Amino acid sequence: MANILAVDDSSSMRQMVTFTLKGAGHQVTEAADGQEALNKAKSQQFDLIITDVNMPVMDGITFIKNLRGEVNYKFTPMLMLTTESAADKKSQGKAAGATGWIVKPFNPDQLLNTVKKVLG
Amino acid sequence: MPIDLEQFHESFYEESFEGLDVMESGLLELEQGEVDLENINTIFRSAHSIKGGSGTFGFTAVAEFTHDMETLLDEMRNGERQVTEPIVETLLGCVDVLRNMLHAIKDKSEIDEQGVAQMTSALKAHLGGAEESVPAVAEDAVVTSAKGWLVSFKPYPGIMQTGNDTVRLLRELSELADETEVFVNNDLLPSLNEINPEQCYQSWNINLIGGDVSEDDINEVFAWVDDECELSISALAVEEDYIGPEKRKNNRREEISEKRAVERRRSAKTTESSSIRVNISKVDELINMVGELVITQSMLSQFDEGDDFTEVHFDRLKDGLAQLESHTRELQESVMRIRMMPISFAFQRFPRLVHDLSSQFGKKIELIMTGEATELDKTVLEKIGDPLVHLVRNSLDHGIESPEVRINSGKSETGVIELKAFHQGGNIVIQIKDDGAGLNKNKILEKAKENGLITHDERLSDEQVYDLIFRPGFSTADVVSDVSGRGVGMDVVRRNIRELGGAVEVSSTPGEGSVFTIRLPLTLAILDGQLVGIGNETYILPVISIIESLQVKAENINAVAGNAEVYRLREEYIPIVRLYQIFGIEPKSTELESGLLVVVEAEGKKIAIYVDDLLGQQQVVIKSLETNFKKIEGLSGATILGDGTVALIIDIAGLIELYQKDMAGGVVPIKGGGIAA
Repeated sequence: MANILAVDDSSSMRQMVTFTLKGAGHQVTEAADGQEALNKAKSQQFDLIITDVNMPVMDGITFIKNLRGEVNYKFTPMLMLTTESAADKKSQGKAAGATGWIVKPFNPDQLLNTVKKVLG
Repeated sequence: MPIDLEQFHESFYEESFEGLDVMESGLLELEQGEVDLENINTIFRSAHSIKGGSGTFGFTAVAEFTHDMETLLDEMRNGERQVTEPIVETLLGCVDVLRNMLHAIKDKSEIDEQGVAQMTSALKAHLGGAEESVPAVAEDAVVTSAKGWLVSFKPYPGIMQTGNDTVRLLRELSELADETEVFVNNDLLPSLNEINPEQCYQSWNINLIGGDVSEDDINEVFAWVDDECELSISALAVEEDYIGPEKRKNNRREEISEKRAVERRRSAKTTESSSIRVNISKVDELINMVGELVITQSMLSQFDEGDDFTEVHFDRLKDGLAQLESHTRELQESVMRIRMMPISFAFQRFPRLVHDLSSQFGKKIELIMTGEATELDKTVLEKIGDPLVHLVRNSLDHGIESPEVRINSGKSETGVIELKAFHQGGNIVIQIKDDGAGLNKNKILEKAKENGLITHDERLSDEQVYDLIFRPGFSTADVVSDVSGRGVGMDVVRRNIRELGGAVEVSSTPGEGSVFTIRLPLTLAILDGQLVGIGNETYILPVISIIESLQVKAENINAVAGNAEVYRLREEYIPIVRLYQIFGIEPKSTELESGLLVVVEAEGKKIAIYVDDLLGQQQVVIKSLETNFKKIEGLSGATILGDGTVALIIDIAGLIELYQKDMAGGVVPIKGGGIAA
């Protein structure tokens, strides 16, 4: 099973994502903002990054951009949690190196399906 | 495996309410003309999180409502919209509505639809009236019916550098249809020594046959890479009676609504739990202390095994016990700190309150808050909110003058209210200070006489006069305003604070303003107590209220009219309270000289309590009398002593009141510092 980093400033969302992914047997590490996530990602290797976009300290797009520049994360799938309406966020995220996105609101099944799809 | 989302609701409510507070204080800052981009961003983020969370956890009404707020804030954040006062007002209104909605959902009560509709239309008016929000789920375009599809997929070389994988895409695509035919184009593939393994050189043509595939389904597979490839999709053939996806969608909708109904039924049963958020470092500290305790325990348990007990053992036993004591105390402090929360939780509502009230009263007021990080017990924090609101309202209503009056008396037009919290000794002190007119001594006296609180010829010190405002049935407002001055006032404030084991005082300088000072214990659970003996009973006096203990000199005892006695202590006359009389127990002696006097003070009043003996000081755990027995005047609780006996804890302020009642007729009014009449 995969080692996943879940990044969101909302603790209820983090709890939900973690609970869902752990239930599917994954190992999950949480971070509350981009900076914390970046530090954690540098200290251990994750197989998948799931990150919120709007966060204090460092937003999700900047985080992806920074992490994609790391040699260990060149091809690692990175998913953004974003709202349907934020078309510009999607393209900004893509430009920063995001693999794709999960549209908020989502339910645990949708999350698991997407994760399964990405991890192959 | 279905996941019950309800387990995350509590956490969602908690962070949403926090988010609303953040939005509120941010908006208030905006209103004061400080347009700071980071501030708008913070407000936006809070709205955005609430929207995201409410959508995810199924609170559609909240998500819809927040959507318009978010749009408006987004425009402000991008500089597309000017920050104006009406917009900020609307957003503040929205924060209220949202808070009410969340409370209603949490309590499973009705949402105030009218309020929601009102604010929604106000938002829409700002956003440009006719503009309807775009429905979250795009309606199906004309369903193109097809027997199959031809998909041509030419990825750009760098497609894998965003973590995408062409194999995955092809696999996903093949899962859609019953049958797939794949044709690979390797024309661009360079020779092996020129290959860059990080690049993609291939392209594919795929025939998807059967399996009710719509064009949207295919587009969805490639949604993440649509700007990283050339993609074309064309229909292979057409079938007339193609209804597949529609039908499937309907089925799904039914399934969802059924699931929701089940969820709703389940949610009605759950009960609310009150939780506390604890900083992880506090928990670590706790674990650390427990570790120390375990070490001490194992050290002490060594004595279990030895058969002969020598002096060496004794010393080590003593060391162990000393360690045990210090660790127990530290553990207790750590546990206590878990319940501690910064007072900012109580303070944060004031900017809004002051903002709303000052416009209501036509006054200009600046609110200064300091010491917001000061921590106190969660229960105290929750209960101090209302008294604080009352005091701030009072300062705003009665303290600060109208702008005209202020200008005429040479002050700045804007009044200042200061909220201050700090630690002092074992107490937390909260001060509410205003630079208004100060308390009007004559008006208070007049009113007190009118209401029969004092007699006409009574001579009182300034402090005593000011203290009258805390007496039941007292109100000085010239005009009964909407906010304060309804007769229930300061007496309730004082009562509430006393219930928390605290005290409130006021001091005032005419023309310069008033200061209300609240003193609260850090915790309600533990008390530093002085054990005193009366007859066979042990009572506990809070150390914090004790000024001094003394041996009685007969020449200093003065008997006053009736059976009242006062003790002369350095030019001050202090009423003597014989505790055994009040509680009706048998003392060792009734002769004052053979016992001791403990001088205590509460709310500026002093009494000397007569006891047989002082027994020692220790920290005691307060057990509520109310929950275990019933409330008794003059006692704040009980505790269990080391030897297993129960000792009652004296409530000094209550005792003073009780004594005054006993001496009814005003023979010896207990006074602050003045000379007894």
